[in-house]
Amino acid sequence: MAEPKRSIVEIRNLSKAYHRESLAVPVLHDITFDIAEGEFLALMGPSGSGKTTLLNLLAGIDKADSGTILVGGVDITALSETELAHWRANNVGFIFQFYNLIPVLRAVENVELPLHLTALSRRERREHAEMALRMVSLEHRMDHYPKEMSGGEQQRVAIARAIVTDPTILVADEPTGDLDRVSAEEILTMMERLNAEMGKTIVMVTHDPRAAKRAKVVRLLDKGYLNDAPAQNPL
Amino acid sequence: MLQLKILFRNAFHNKLRSGLTILGITVAVLAFGLLRTVIGAWYSGVEAASASRLVTRNAISIIFPLPIAYAEKIRQIEGVKLVSWGNWFGGIYIDEKNFFPNFCVEPRTYMAVYPEFVLSPPEKKAFLADRKGFVAGRKLAARYHWKIGDTVTLRGTIFPGNWDFVLRGVYRGRDETIDETQFLFHWDYLNETMKRVSPRRADQVGFYMIAVSRPDLAPDVALSVDRTFKNSLAETLTETEKAFNQGFIAMSGAIVTAIQMVSFVVILIIMAVVANTMAMTTRERIGDYAIMKTLGFGGGSIAVMIFGESLVIALTGCFAGMILTFPAARAFSQTLSTYFPIFIVSAQTLWLDLLAALLIAFFAAIIPARRAIRVGIAEGLRRLG
Ligand SMILES: Nc1ncnc2c1ncn2[C@@H]1O[C@H](COP(=O)(O)OP(=O)(O)O)[C@@H](O)[C@H]1O
Ligand SMILES: [Mg+2]
Repeated sequence: MAEPKRSIVEIRNLSKAYHRESLAVPVLHDITFDIAEGEFLALMGPSGSGKTTLLNLLAGIDKADSGTILVGGVDITALSETELAHWRANNVGFIFQFYNLIPVLRAVENVELPLHLTALSRRERREHAEMALRMVSLEHRMDHYPKEMSGGEQQRVAIARAIVTDPTILVADEPTGDLDRVSAEEILTMMERLNAEMGKTIVMVTHDPRAAKRAKVVRLLDKGYLNDAPAQNPL
Repeated sequence: MLQLKILFRNAFHNKLRSGLTILGITVAVLAFGLLRTVIGAWYSGVEAASASRLVTRNAISIIFPLPIAYAEKIRQIEGVKLVSWGNWFGGIYIDEKNFFPNFCVEPRTYMAVYPEFVLSPPEKKAFLADRKGFVAGRKLAARYHWKIGDTVTLRGTIFPGNWDFVLRGVYRGRDETIDETQFLFHWDYLNETMKRVSPRRADQVGFYMIAVSRPDLAPDVALSVDRTFKNSLAETLTETEKAFNQGFIAMSGAIVTAIQMVSFVVILIIMAVVANTMAMTTRERIGDYAIMKTLGFGGGSIAVMIFGESLVIALTGCFAGMILTFPAARAFSQTLSTYFPIFIVSAQTLWLDLLAALLIAFFAAIIPARRAIRVGIAEGLRRLG
């Protein structure tokens, strides 16, 4: 057994409900768990179980009703909107199911996008973005617009955008949900390598067992409850 | 700047929609500009009128004359520098549709009272020397291809008969606000003819034009003139020329007000159209804005992009409309020069165009921007895919 790893994410008693008119629809019930530094965690569960909501909370793009979320020692539930935006820019890389690239920006411009919030010069931004695109083997697609690329290529651009700021943690919501088998495998391999070779902590939401198989740890979410067993990946 | 790049590309991303919206703004700005120019043309007579000139007419109505003997009495009133007089002739050139203002005036004093009608010294001399001579404005002479020495016949209406005149001079306006379509001839010619054919109508004038020595004296001089002829057979009404012209225009004031309102309604309509375009584009891009917020961009960045896009669209349309206003106004003035001798696109109209475009851009973007900024990130991202 390896030595116990430091927790990079500590979630305590997290609850959230959506409010429809006067009705409160509970989505997450008293969730408590840790994510170790360098982990590659797959969060599985049926559709509507609250996976996206949980991921959004720990990535700081949604607000919980109660509970605390510590990421790298910072309680992000206590941050203001502006502080949170700043924190996200520095600490989180995002990968989405539908790639979510800005359609009017070329690949390299999309990757540069988060760097506009840093102090980097124009030239440094371009160099960083080109390097990130090389890491996802897309140097030949730099000047292409999103609609000129395949889904798999767009998702690779999104990965480049997520890693270009060298964030503390990568979050991915169904990153292979919109891709064919081959492209999905490519993306998963890329994420595996980011985790293994660069030590990136990754939290991936998926309901695809094939995707979850690539993670080191799998946790199950069902109707807003988290299964206790932080089981080593059984798949 | 990143936002600039995105907003410019966004503005022209949906080419058909942006194109149609810009076309709409172009047409609206063009219509607005032309309507403002029509209003300006209407009032330019008033603007050109000097506040230091007085017009004296019969107190009962402008259609009743005053005796020529008043000229000497007016001249003696303190503050009066020059007195000229004239009659509205109302002659017709060949056909009723050839409408232009024609007056007889006392030429020597008239030239002095109206220095804005510029005549070359030889032409002036020739005009003064020929009792049957007349001068025409540059545009009028050009319209009928009259050359110096040509004989022109007007058919009298108020003063019956065919009247022959010889063109002795073509005047220019001192600036472009001066009417260059007038026809001026000698009062003496009219008066001597009337003495022969209709003696009861001789020695009468339609109006006196008085130049005062200082503009601030004008109100006192006006009062003195009217007091002088109080209780006489023909009482007078003396006003500044500006007030006199405004009286003319007041009759059509309601129409001007209507045109003015229409010009603003045009702007309101296009504002609604652009607001609709902005609402559509912003709704489509709610996801894009959510991503940018996810990456750490603030509401200010989002606002810059939405207001900027609205501004790019509005200004593109506005400039196209402004540029088109000039040829349109030229075509307009060529066909309507009879009614609007002075038809120029003023700087003020262009500034109003620009102001309208800025207001359109601002009000069209305000609701979409508010919505885009307010929507939560998680909510915005869910709208994608
Ligand atoms: N903005 C919202 N308003 C109301 N209900 C919502 C909202 N977002 C999500 N939900 C509900 O919360 C539950 C969990 O959603 P989500 O976290 O997206 O689940 P998952 O990602 O596991 O499919 C679902 O029942 C969904 O309908
Ligand atoms: Mg989901």
